[in-house]
Amino acid sequence: MDIRSLVDLEQGTISRELFVNEELFKREMEQIFSRAWLCVGHEDMIQKPDDYIVSRMGGDSVILTRDRQGAIQVLLNTCMHRGMKLCRYDQGNTRAFTCPYHGWSYSTDGRLVEIPGELVGVPGFKDYYREKLDKKAWGLVRCPNVINYRGLIWANWDPQAPSFQEYIGDFSHYLNAALDHRDGREGGSEMIGGIQKWRVPCNWKFVSENFIGDMYHDISHRSVDLVGIGPGGKGRRDASRTRTTVSFDALGHGAIGELPYHQEADYVSAYKLFPEVEAYYRSVFEARVKNLGDRMRVNHSVGTIFPAMSFHGRQPRTVAMVHPIGPTETEIWRIFLVDRDSPQVVKDANRHYYMSYSGPGGLTESDDLENWTYATEASRGPIARRFAYNYQMGLGTGRAVPGLRGATENGEYSEGNARAFYKRWREFMEARSWDELMEASRATMKESVHG
Amino acid sequence: MADIAEAELRNLLLHRSVEAFLFDEADLLDRRRYKEWLDLLTDDIRYWMPLRRNLRHDQMQNEFTREGHDMAWFDEGKPLLAKRVQQIQTGIHWAEEPKSRSSHLVTNVRIVGQTATEAGTEVDVQSKFVLHRSRNDVETDTIMGQRNDRLRSIDGQWRISRREVRIDQATLLAKNLTLFF
Ligand code: FES
Ligand SMILES: [Fe+2]
Repeated sequence: MDIRSLVDLEQGTISRELFVNEELFKREMEQIFSRAWLCVGHEDMIQKPDDYIVSRMGGDSVILTRDRQGAIQVLLNTCMHRGMKLCRYDQGNTRAFTCPYHGWSYSTDGRLVEIPGELVGVPGFKDYYREKLDKKAWGLVRCPNVINYRGLIWANWDPQAPSFQEYIGDFSHYLNAALDHRDGREGGSEMIGGIQKWRVPCNWKFVSENFIGDMYHDISHRSVDLVGIGPGGKGRRDASRTRTTVSFDALGHGAIGELPYHQEADYVSAYKLFPEVEAYYRSVFEARVKNLGDRMRVNHSVGTIFPAMSFHGRQPRTVAMVHPIGPTETEIWRIFLVDRDSPQVVKDANRHYYMSYSGPGGLTESDDLENWTYATEASRGPIARRFAYNYQMGLGTGRAVPGLRGATENGEYSEGNARAFYKRWREFMEARSWDELMEASRATMKESVHG
Repeated sequence: MADIAEAELRNLLLHRSVEAFLFDEADLLDRRRYKEWLDLLTDDIRYWMPLRRNLRHDQMQNEFTREGHDMAWFDEGKPLLAKRVQQIQTGIHWAEEPKSRSSHLVTNVRIVGQTATEAGTEVDVQSKFVLHRSRNDVETDTIMGQRNDRLRSIDGQWRISRREVRIDQATLLAKNLTLFF
């Protein structure tokens, strides 16, 4: 399939094949999910040595561990002997992963256990293998690039890949706004216990393009807006200041949010239904004004990091790790964040609000899931597939954003962010080298920051 | 002898009335008579459906997310349940428009506790359920699990003051949860 013809950036049209085609899906697994930075979990899932959770990277199951020495590892979850799924638990703490099939044992850093007397390692190593097995060479496959970014764990299979920092560029400001403490402290959020995991019969890209900056679909949430679940008593969240959409066209990321600013505008009252919570947000706002001084910052509501991590930064405050299962099947994982040292009453109010909003039972997200599912469904037919989707809103109207290298402001209602995402999709799918993939972004990062 | 027979009869009648209540309740849900269903809930109801995990045998105490601490599929009271009903009735809640067809099968009903409280007599009832959902043309979800209910007798009528829903699935196979359990 000719990738170039599927995504027409000049016309703003994108082929339906992207959302239903099996062959393209396989290529996505190779070209995108085997090379891009993927979010695999949160540090709070693996607090102690030997803690682990089983996560996913594209089509593969991986084990995210904190090894005995405290280092974070991402290990391919398949026994190197003859393929058994090594760990079939969702999470836990263990000294070793012992394969149920023939008993090979691996420590939480992926090595075949070989400390004598500690654990068996390879059963029959002496008698059956006659010590002719290179245990060092048969440890678990270890993901070469793993990073803890303000609490979120990211992994990348490609040894040639650029650093995560370079991969997100100045989009980091939007991600930071979600992960930092509301008083401005770096990475000051914690994850509430429990991961919502569920399957949706839709293509994974519907999730990414939804959160990258699709204000236009607001109308699909009219029912929840009418009913009102917002913590101020109206709509589905407290009103925010003016918003726009910002895309990073050379990287494929985007967000709905504010342009960078240096001075906080006046405090906008929130959480009116919960006076103690409102008092908390007022106090951290005041602390932020002090802590950040006139440092540049952004404020935002939602965003997507290419390819499949999406986040809400304010109300609710949540991260979606989106795992493609097949062209028309996706597993979504949702975790939820709160300020780490906020009072229990603040955490509780947020937790309840998050559940009313997000996840399969959320009054907001349940309607998104309907749309993503039936858009996928209605794109399957052989005739339907001939007709491209329309992403023409705001074509040719983007403006550079002073102070953010590589950023384009597309306006509140625009499909510019989605176009940036599919531009990146095309570049990855064309199997470009990292030099080619990063060339445009590297050029913008050389510019000095003004504004 | 007569005393024993009488006690047994009392239990039988209690069991029968609890079961009849649960069956009537399920019928209201399947007929989408949600307003009447809401009337069966006490104003202080807790409606909680924890997440579930696959864990090693010696770590099973963490199988469910904790009430009051962790995330869940649902953790709410009557006000939000009433909003869910209201949302369905807007006619533009696309997840339930067109409406789902549901069958709530309630079975294995067991009374596991009984207490007299200031608010009235309360019984703890365990049951198993199947929630079958059919939607549009071929969309189907089957969710099974256990409900741990607390029923309160108010003026001789049962009302639900607590519903704990423990579904079998750890990874939910339904795209959304827009029906009541
Ligand atoms: S497959 Fe794991 S020990 Fe044989
Ligand atoms: Fe939405």
